[in-house]
Amino acid sequence: MKKSRLVLIGNGMAGVRTLEELLKIAPGLYDITVFGAEPHPNYNRILLSPVLAGEQTIDEIVLNPLSWYADNGITLHLGKTVTEIDRRRRRVVAADGTVAEYDRLLIATGSNPFMLPVPGRELEGVIAYRDIADTEAMIDAATRYRHAVIVGGGLLGLEAANGLMLRGMQVSVVHLAGWLMERQLDDQAGALLRQSLEARGLKFLLGAQTEALIPDKDGRVMAVRFKDGREIPADLVVMAAGIRPNTALAESAGLLCERGVKVSDTLQSVTDPRVYAVGECAAHRGVAYGLVAPLFEQAKVCATHLAQFGIGRYEGSQVSTKLKVTGIDLFSAGDFMGGEDTEEIVMSDPFGGVYKKLVIRDDRLVGACLYGDTVDGGWYFKLLREGRKIADIRDKLMFGESNIGDTGHQGQSRAAAMADSDEVCGCNGVSKGAICKAIKDKGLFTLEEVRRHTKASASCGSCTGLVEQLIMSTAGGDYSSAPRKKALCGCTDLSHQEVRDAIFKEHLTSLPAVYATLAWASPDGCATCRPALNYYLLSSWPKEAQDDPQARFINERSHANIQKDGTYSVIPRMWGGETNASELRRIADVVDKYKIPTVKVTGGQRIDLLGVKKEDLPAVWAEIGMPSGHAYAKALRTVKTCVGSEWCRMGTQDSTHMGKALERALWRMYAPHKVKLAVSGCPRNCAESGIKDVGIIGVDSGWELYIAGNGGIKTEVAQFLCKVKTADEVLEVSGAFLQLYRKEGWYLERTCHYVGRVGMDHVKRRVLDDAEGRRALWAELQFALDGEPDPWFDFDRAKVDLRQFNALEAAR
Amino acid sequence: MSEQQQVWTRVCRVDEIPRLGARRVQRAQGPQVALFRTADDAVYALLDRCPHRAGPLSQGIVFGAAVACPLHNWTIELASGCARGPDEGTTPRFAVRVEGGEVALLQSELDTVAIDVEPVRAGPCGPALGSTWSSPLPPSARGE
Repeated sequence: MKKSRLVLIGNGMAGVRTLEELLKIAPGLYDITVFGAEPHPNYNRILLSPVLAGEQTIDEIVLNPLSWYADNGITLHLGKTVTEIDRRRRRVVAADGTVAEYDRLLIATGSNPFMLPVPGRELEGVIAYRDIADTEAMIDAATRYRHAVIVGGGLLGLEAANGLMLRGMQVSVVHLAGWLMERQLDDQAGALLRQSLEARGLKFLLGAQTEALIPDKDGRVMAVRFKDGREIPADLVVMAAGIRPNTALAESAGLLCERGVKVSDTLQSVTDPRVYAVGECAAHRGVAYGLVAPLFEQAKVCATHLAQFGIGRYEGSQVSTKLKVTGIDLFSAGDFMGGEDTEEIVMSDPFGGVYKKLVIRDDRLVGACLYGDTVDGGWYFKLLREGRKIADIRDKLMFGESNIGDTGHQGQSRAAAMADSDEVCGCNGVSKGAICKAIKDKGLFTLEEVRRHTKASASCGSCTGLVEQLIMSTAGGDYSSAPRKKALCGCTDLSHQEVRDAIFKEHLTSLPAVYATLAWASPDGCATCRPALNYYLLSSWPKEAQDDPQARFINERSHANIQKDGTYSVIPRMWGGETNASELRRIADVVDKYKIPTVKVTGGQRIDLLGVKKEDLPAVWAEIGMPSGHAYAKALRTVKTCVGSEWCRMGTQDSTHMGKALERALWRMYAPHKVKLAVSGCPRNCAESGIKDVGIIGVDSGWELYIAGNGGIKTEVAQFLCKVKTADEVLEVSGAFLQLYRKEGWYLERTCHYVGRVGMDHVKRRVLDDAEGRRALWAELQFALDGEPDPWFDFDRAKVDLRQFNALEAAR
Repeated sequence: MSEQQQVWTRVCRVDEIPRLGARRVQRAQGPQVALFRTADDAVYALLDRCPHRAGPLSQGIVFGAAVACPLHNWTIELASGCARGPDEGTTPRFAVRVEGGEVALLQSELDTVAIDVEPVRAGPCGPALGSTWSSPLPPSARGE
């Protein structure tokens, strides 16, 4: 069978990215032909500014060298402009007569600079700023001429101005609006930007209307004249007053164009389904995107349709902006101007050069404008996209994500100021230099790609802002954009929530049922989805769903915690952290007998035996003779207690007793993630209840309950839930909250993230306001836990495969 | 290859390996060999060490024809022993013969492949304290 033919018009970032995505999922499906008007292979257009500024070379910004086209069998026509699309005969014709026939056509012709319609626009020395030729013309002009005038004080214009100034020209920026970058910044941030650029030597003429460009006797531009009669000298004029989608070719072929080639959610032309369009030339729901993140999202969707998978829809993007001028940090997103129905939180330090404005509508962040310190731009952008309520973090919002409490990133706020050897990611030990090198060498663009290749920000995520800044300064553009809905894993397009809902609604009780009903892309899932699905099944249908040990992480299969050398750690349960002489004697004997190298007291008031060989595990459990501590599981770990009123002269409540009662009621409780409790007997809070999933503090008149605290990566102080009088109420409210979390939490989501997502109001409504609902939740949890086996002793019922503890012998 | 090197050594029956799971094989010398069984009962054998930090692959989650290492979640292809990109590395593989439900490995490979690999060490018998501690602690801090 003859292969289908795909023709791409436009050898730029959006079009070639689509080809890359297509080759990834359906290699060899098409004979591909590419037409590019420029004589260059695909390069990173966003990095023209650093090239102009002399910070990078053209070779460094090439994304796909000629060898890439050859390796993938792509026919490449460089320097050939397509002048005709013949849709009836399904072929395109280039200016030099080259003809290519297609079965599918991809239009990615990008955009054209908008040239102000003033007299003199055709003079020598008047150029746009769009491609390598323009950049080279500017670099050349800088060696021979003195005065440059940039028309347009937007993103592109300022980058051009900065570059020409660095190349030694005297640069004036002419701008119609009252402040710079008015489409991205408010007046205050615009003024700060102007100050900072003026200090570097740029001149600005704001509110100036260009009337004409004046030629010298040789026909080269020599001056710019304004409506008010002023004239300034100009040997080079760069038009940077905006861009227009380049749709002339598409229009001449009869394709409907409205501010771009009109496309559907599958990136197909609404006129001709054989024709696709992506990038700046495409108008999706009336919007033509000029930033790279949306283009890449379009490329991904378009590729799945070209590959005939027919999945995925592009539903539009929200965009944010950063300026690529070294040493200037600015960021804006959403409705940064605000209006009558919005509230603003503003921090302004004009002398320090820092300005931040957050715009809030209906308790949600809808816009942000940052100048001088943009490390939290990515976080604000995330809040903005998610549209989550911010009442609970409103007082801390301005101070950024790190002030909500992340450990391990040294409080760095500016990636540019860091040395190459400085550590960015404290979890995985990744330096700034290593990240920049990977971005350059491997051509990485997105946060996800950097995470996969370097592991930077892939663990706790607290350095995400820094990594985004590095991607920004190394690869250009803002690549932080991510879809609002995140698929559970590569086996499905469904999110955690959608999977949870389906398991409940469809009454699914086994993994095969999930794979079949939800059209899983893999026959037996993957290491990411299988544990999640197994948990969702068990928590949705207790006593009914089938537990699959092979869908559990090794720790929950061998009921001990795997260590770096392949040995295990064993932590027996000590109710409320209390032990006695005979338990300690048994532990000591086991340590001697099995030569266990390390014995350590844990933060949760237990004793950890480290370095136990896998084959010794069953004997160690049996001889210690204490219940499993579940210290290895996504389950209730420990209830930490202080000694309380039994001994303490300050104690007001019997916290040890309360802790033991909670632990006996809740042990064996699997959950989306680990769960830690603490009970303190007085407000001195020696059990550290303030950083626990459920923290209880005894006061003279009863107990205070706090939830969703966390002592880990994201140190999060628990929030006050309620105050109750009796121990029974403590049990009921704690249990109800935990059951709610078990039913609604996403797998691997700690309570602090869960409550952050659903909101404290929701929890209060379900657990406090609705007394009947609370009792029902508590009853459900008791039903689920009733009769659950101890995996250290009841192997059969806990489905512990004992074969795993013995190695096979290779019989001679 | 000589006759003697082609001796297949029986290890177990296929059903002694859990489906989508693994067993470990002890050798006379050298690190253990991991035997994997996929959902469709194909059996693969790899050295029980991840090419990344030597994690025991036999303890990982098996899916498709791959295993996720239990230590840092690298994915290793069972057929090739190669890490799935962008990670890079390969662990030695062993030929497997399944006949009549019996699994056998090549004795020559059991005897020779990766037998002198250093075991991973942790704990007090492992490498000295990290680089932060260049000088020994004073006697008082050592509890002497």
